[in-house]
Amino acid sequence: MVELVLIPLLKIIVVLNATLLGVTYMVLLERKVIAWAQSRLGPMRVGPYGVLQPVADAMKLMLKEDITPARADKWVFTLAPILSMVPALVVYAVIPFGDEVHLFGRRISLYITDINVGLLYVVSVTSVGVYGIILAGYSSNSKWPLLASLRASAQLISYEIAITLTLVSVVLMSGTLSMVGIVTSQASQGVWYAFIQPMAFVIFFIGGLAETNRAPFDLPEAEQELTGGFHTEYSGMRFALFFLAEYANMIVVSSVATTLFLGGWLRPFPNVEFLSFLGIVPGWCWFLLKSFIFLYLFIWVRATLPRYRYDQLMRLGWKVLIPLAIANLILTAIVKVALA
Amino acid sequence: MAEAIAFYVLAACILGFAVLVVTAKNPVHSVVFLVLDFLCVAALYVTLGAEFVAAIQVLVYAGGIVVLYLFVVMLVNVKRPPEAFRAGGRHATLGLALAGAVLVEAAAIAVWSRLSPAAPASAAQTVPVSGNTEQVGWLLYTSYLVPFEVASMLLLVAMVGAIVLARKES
Repeated sequence: MVELVLIPLLKIIVVLNATLLGVTYMVLLERKVIAWAQSRLGPMRVGPYGVLQPVADAMKLMLKEDITPARADKWVFTLAPILSMVPALVVYAVIPFGDEVHLFGRRISLYITDINVGLLYVVSVTSVGVYGIILAGYSSNSKWPLLASLRASAQLISYEIAITLTLVSVVLMSGTLSMVGIVTSQASQGVWYAFIQPMAFVIFFIGGLAETNRAPFDLPEAEQELTGGFHTEYSGMRFALFFLAEYANMIVVSSVATTLFLGGWLRPFPNVEFLSFLGIVPGWCWFLLKSFIFLYLFIWVRATLPRYRYDQLMRLGWKVLIPLAIANLILTAIVKVALA
Repeated sequence: MAEAIAFYVLAACILGFAVLVVTAKNPVHSVVFLVLDFLCVAALYVTLGAEFVAAIQVLVYAGGIVVLYLFVVMLVNVKRPPEAFRAGGRHATLGLALAGAVLVEAAAIAVWSRLSPAAPASAAQTVPVSGNTEQVGWLLYTSYLVPFEVASMLLLVAMVGAIVLARKES
């Protein structure tokens, strides 16, 4: 009973709460880093150096009036934020945060579950998240959200292809779809896949920026053209759900990139003997550190690069990233067969 | 016992959503119900132990093809005419006839496989690998290689045809 129900339940509670806390502080981090990049201070008023700003933001969003536009499609309008939030959280079920720890005399694995189609599960669940965006745009009964949601869905579908192709080349290297299996195969081969699949790594990161609607691919939220994006007509907690989903998706992309390309919970250079003193740092710390580097990169890119034009975005996706990903996949397969 | 309960609950959901797909007044609502229907079908595959097929079902149908349906519905902005919902129309008769034909076919397959269960099972026994994904991959590239390639060629032809039709005369 304890093994079957209680421990998984506790893990789920811990992971969900940690994620939501991480998301709220991610927002603060983003505001701070962008402020520093622009020689400003960022939020400073709430708590020392603004550390309590997320609490104030959450209070504000919960207390705001929840408006449904006139002639909106009420059911779909309510469903859309839920549809974008749920997939973003459900993905965490298969992400391995670490190996195993001993707690209260039990061996506890630091992942909720390990299924043999883990990577496929991640891809398929995140592909459902696009409905939240499309339906939000449709149901608002307003021009700009509709345009934004059409843009967003075209963008998501295009970049999903490139991302999935890079994942296939990783799977060719690891020989398994299980997330834990991919990390352990990196441990047994003694190398992070970022070093033997650099092309796939770069394409995955660019695609990840586009999949999470982040700058420089944040066209669905282009304020100057679309007044705000697919969530223009949303207010209060429903708007907050879209916001949370976007940041939760960023954490998902970072975690998946860490797992596939940076060896998950493994220490740097797992095959180099004299670096084994790094092993005293627990695995989950390495995982969090690596994911954090990705999250910082997301913010850094946003502070640095201007936004793409829509035709440039589509050209990059279809004419550059997808052919490169296919070439990389074929090359990987040829090398794999030649070595075998 | 638990499996039986899961099956009947999921089957009820699948049928319920399917009915809602064809009866919803708003085409966008129909598409949303179709997504929920496909998700329930994926859950049914999980209860059968076919995780790979379930994940592909969600990825391809719920996450890919129906998004394109939604695109088309939103771009074309179709309004179903009121007479489409009148009972006893020509389309309703045709639909009922088709549904009946499919029901007869499914029943025939069920009865036939019950009478001679050895025929479809023989292919699966020769698979030398274990694991869901590996088995599907093995069968796809050995026993079913030709149908698989023919199906992908068919899809390619359909895609080229759609592009040719959509291209403007220059």
